[in-house]
Amino acid sequence: MSNSYIFRYAAILVVLVAVILSSAAMILKPLQDKNIAIAKMRGILEACNLHPTADDAVQMYEQFISREVVINPQGEEISIYDVKSKEFVLGTTRAFEVDLKTQLKHKSAGEDYILPLYDFVSQNDTLLVIPVHGRGLWGPIYGNIALKTDRNTIGGARFFHDKETPGLGAEIDQYWFSDQFKGKQIFDGSGKFVSVRPIKGGAGKLPESQRIHGVDAVSGGTITSNGLGTTIDHVLGSYVVYLTK
Amino acid sequence: MKSQQKEKESLFSPRYRKLISNPLSLENPITVQVLGICSALAVTTKLKPAFVMALSVTVVVALANVVISLLRNGIPSRIRIIVQLTVVAALVILVDQVLKAFVYDVSKQLSVFVGLIITNCILMGRLEAFAMANKPWPAFLDGIGNGLGYSWILIALGFFRELFGNGTLWGYRIIPQSFYEAGYFNNGLLILPPAALILVGTIIWIQRSRNKNLIEEY
Repeated sequence: MSNSYIFRYAAILVVLVAVILSSAAMILKPLQDKNIAIAKMRGILEACNLHPTADDAVQMYEQFISREVVINPQGEEISIYDVKSKEFVLGTTRAFEVDLKTQLKHKSAGEDYILPLYDFVSQNDTLLVIPVHGRGLWGPIYGNIALKTDRNTIGGARFFHDKETPGLGAEIDQYWFSDQFKGKQIFDGSGKFVSVRPIKGGAGKLPESQRIHGVDAVSGGTITSNGLGTTIDHVLGSYVVYLTK
Repeated sequence: MKSQQKEKESLFSPRYRKLISNPLSLENPITVQVLGICSALAVTTKLKPAFVMALSVTVVVALANVVISLLRNGIPSRIRIIVQLTVVAALVILVDQVLKAFVYDVSKQLSVFVGLIITNCILMGRLEAFAMANKPWPAFLDGIGNGLGYSWILIALGFFRELFGNGTLWGYRIIPQSFYEAGYFNNGLLILPPAALILVGTIIWIQRSRNKNLIEEY
């Protein structure tokens, strides 16, 4: 086999594979985007202890999320979107379309940024849903934390990941893990922000008075657990101005 | 004359059936050829991911085997490995894209495994050792056989690791709370990677003590 055959073979193969993959990606993109939006709505609702399916997520989102709010670093509401009437009460930015990751990057770069949050209202619960985003061991971890009306006690939480190791770090997306956050508090008695973090070896290791700020970390998933702790601390910390207003 | 006889060979002749049954025991990719150990360690802490991984590898190795077998006469031998890699990577990405569009939940489960499937030594091993020299149908059977041989080891590992490491199976609690109250502890070692090696070693030990042919001569 001559060199020119090898070059031709390789070139044709590569172009062929590139065409197949990129056309698949382009054709499927709208469907994938829709699924991603639905997954995001489900994540928000699941943090509020509901269990929507892929089919009724949009409907439940419109039913229970009353407002999408965007705030600025000073904790002022700069944009409010009424989900039911599909109208802006203030501003022109939908919190749902704000990419938290980009905004957090702006923040660490010292630039101007905005932060999204959601008001959840049902018969039994009124919650403030705060999305979080950060790094685990292998890739991004993200989720939502729902605060009760005292803006201190956690009413529900739910986390997701893209690439954590199954059975180890990936356990953060299980309910046994996120359910531990219910009833925990992010401010201490004196009103100082202390966040909530996973504790290696279990929250029971903490002194009695601190246990309300800790949950059990995942065995074998220490770096993911620590990553989540840092993520929550960092992101919730950015909302403190708003929460204490 | 001989080749004509081969053409008529039925789709499930004894020779073909062996392509499926041999990798389950005598030529098992994990316990005999010791390939694919990396993923056997990584995804077997729980039964469910082990099962998903097993299924995905079986599908991908069968498809890749067929594609490579169809291309086998045209592939320049000097770049065959990279051609095989390209085919496997393209197949895996394609499957992942389709899942993301139509069954998003499954794709979220699988996303972790995509990288692991591409680098799985079993795939390259089968493409190189079998698909490059055989027709598509036997190559397909060989892929299914090796996939299943890989699968049962993974599922066995997942079963023991989840049951004794977490007290659950497929996420459901099996070991009752009363055991824990009576002083029972989950074995934390089992969810760490070394436990998978110890278990694979145990399976190899059992297999070899039952089948002396597998023991190398010194």
